[in-house]
Amino acid sequence: MHEKQALGGKLLTKPFWFLLGLAMIAGLLLIKRFLFGIGAVTNLSDGYPWGIWIVYDVLIGTALGCGGYSIALLVYIFNKGEYHPLVRTALMTSAFGYTLAGVSIFIDIGRYWQMYNVFLPWHINLNSIMFEVAACIGAYVFVLWIEFSPTFLEHRKSLETKKKLNKILFVFIALGVLLPTMHQSSLGSLMIIAGEKLSPIWQTGWLPLLFLMSAITMGYAVVIFESLFSAVALKRPLDETPILGKLSVMMIPLLVLFLGLRFGDLIWRGQLGNIFNDGMLGAFFVVENILFLIPIIMLASAKNRTQPTTLFWSAGSMILAGALYRFDTFLVAFNPGAGYHYFPSASEIMITVGIISIEIMAYLIFVKKLPVLPAIKHS
Amino acid sequence: MNLERRDFLKVLSAGALTAGNVTSVFAGIRKTLSADAVGILYDGTICIGCKACEAACKQYNDMSPESSNIEKAQGVDGIWDASYDLSEKTLNKIKLYEHGDASTRNSEENGFAFVKRACMHCVDPDCVSACPVTALTKNSVTGIVEYDKDACIGCRYCMVACPYNVPKFEYAKAVPEIQKCEMCNHRQVEGDIPACCEFCPTGASLFGKVTDLLEEARKRVKLVAGSTYEYPMRSLDEGDVSPKTVAPYINYIYGEKEGGGTQYLLLSAIPFTKLGLPELSATSSASKSEAIQHGVYKGMVAPIALLGGLLYGAYQTTKNSEG
Repeated sequence: MHEKQALGGKLLTKPFWFLLGLAMIAGLLLIKRFLFGIGAVTNLSDGYPWGIWIVYDVLIGTALGCGGYSIALLVYIFNKGEYHPLVRTALMTSAFGYTLAGVSIFIDIGRYWQMYNVFLPWHINLNSIMFEVAACIGAYVFVLWIEFSPTFLEHRKSLETKKKLNKILFVFIALGVLLPTMHQSSLGSLMIIAGEKLSPIWQTGWLPLLFLMSAITMGYAVVIFESLFSAVALKRPLDETPILGKLSVMMIPLLVLFLGLRFGDLIWRGQLGNIFNDGMLGAFFVVENILFLIPIIMLASAKNRTQPTTLFWSAGSMILAGALYRFDTFLVAFNPGAGYHYFPSASEIMITVGIISIEIMAYLIFVKKLPVLPAIKHS
Repeated sequence: MNLERRDFLKVLSAGALTAGNVTSVFAGIRKTLSADAVGILYDGTICIGCKACEAACKQYNDMSPESSNIEKAQGVDGIWDASYDLSEKTLNKIKLYEHGDASTRNSEENGFAFVKRACMHCVDPDCVSACPVTALTKNSVTGIVEYDKDACIGCRYCMVACPYNVPKFEYAKAVPEIQKCEMCNHRQVEGDIPACCEFCPTGASLFGKVTDLLEEARKRVKLVAGSTYEYPMRSLDEGDVSPKTVAPYINYIYGEKEGGGTQYLLLSAIPFTKLGLPELSATSSASKSEAIQHGVYKGMVAPIALLGGLLYGAYQTTKNSEG
């Protein structure tokens, strides 16, 4: 059993007030959105019906929320118990990421009061990738909070309930691996139907597998990044570095497979040359793949993997790579033609910033009040 | 531990194999037209750009006029309709192609030509496949792509999916809907034809059964330029014709095979790409995404098998721990 403890300390710090301010600006803008429509706060158009709310908050947000999934896969399915200390924080970040993705979907969809139609058997369309994504993400948010609930039960000293929950927790752990496998791949499949509107450099039948592999890798990267970042920010010792170094190895084969499939598919379809034909898209492609390559190079030597700085930057690069791959697939390489352009409006960006602020505030509240982080060993 | 790990990998590789087979499923058209499917044949060569179809469309679909920013600045908005393109208030739009001195009608060089844009009523519509809540449906008899606002959640995936950018969203409303041409369904149930065809003074918009319209279109593209042809007016069944000089048709019927075919067909004397119509493959994008989705999720076998392996694995690793 690994000891966890609440960090304690003052909650209403200066950074916390700043985040609260950002969240309140977003709140005001949201009132505008619900009173006057989506067009009042966004630059979305008939050509670009999806903007940063979907691409950042949902696609990248849930991929960043894959820590819980990636670690659960290692600990519970591949029986790598040594990573168990990472489970709780990973699950917490996942629960935040996915819950706020759900909130973002609610904000983004036009007829939100009918959102439940996605769960009504007489309405659902089994041909729709969106149905699969919506149903799976909805179910996974629920599963994540169940998986995380032992933390609350410990905090409230309801140890009897926790014991009972532990007996059936394996069901939720299994679902917690199945559901992300399904929807993280389907999030990639979403764009197949965009057909010719998506550049052939990104449009491929392998989108689901590419999205799944990059999501799992992002999951590991987020756990490493978040652990090191919070250790520095919350002034905790870097005790977890050895285990994070071991974890970082997981990213290498996944990334090699990802890049192999990415380039193999481009060569197979005869599209690799297109990178040089389209200046702007080609540049995005190159940057995206350099970011995927950096962690492979940085983490190749065992010595590098013991360095917190190397781990931090390689994980950061991986997060940016996965994020840019998603931005490219859904926005940069998506061209509806007919002269449509999209760049998010200030209000649109501020709402996303507000949602990120809420996520960080929730993180601070949770680690300070609940037994999430590993107890500090005093030697 | 080895057992379920092997099972798990087996399931994963089964998934990968299914994905590998996808390319073979891609080939071929999977949806065919209903025998009674109705459509519109738009012949740009005889269109005079009068926009009577636009006015009629707005009138019979209760759509308000649109004005440009210049008109708004001059305080003359709302006096006439001046929509720029298809929008949530304009379901049917005549657009002009212009080149050089625009002196010759139906000419790519130094000429001009018209095109009418509206919902194509695809045989295998991407929007219908995309909609998570079946708000967009294809009528099994008429083939009209219909919209049900009571089902719609406003996710706008139909707009991402449509290769023609047809579904439009009411961004300026707190209670928005998707707007698209439904081929005047409300008029057709009363025995009328779509307003754009009824009020077209030249027969450029012609209503009829898709099979008959295709036959008519095939006949037209073979006509000798400069000869006279009796162009049917309003509806093929009506029998009313108007004699006109034949333009030099491009021997291509747009919509005959685009994305698996459409029920709205177009003829032109200048290349369709110049008119802003996309070049599409002969199968719908929906057929590709559904092939992958149904390949992986066939009978839910792979997900259930995977869940079985995961349950076993998770049970084994947690049974002796406190969590």
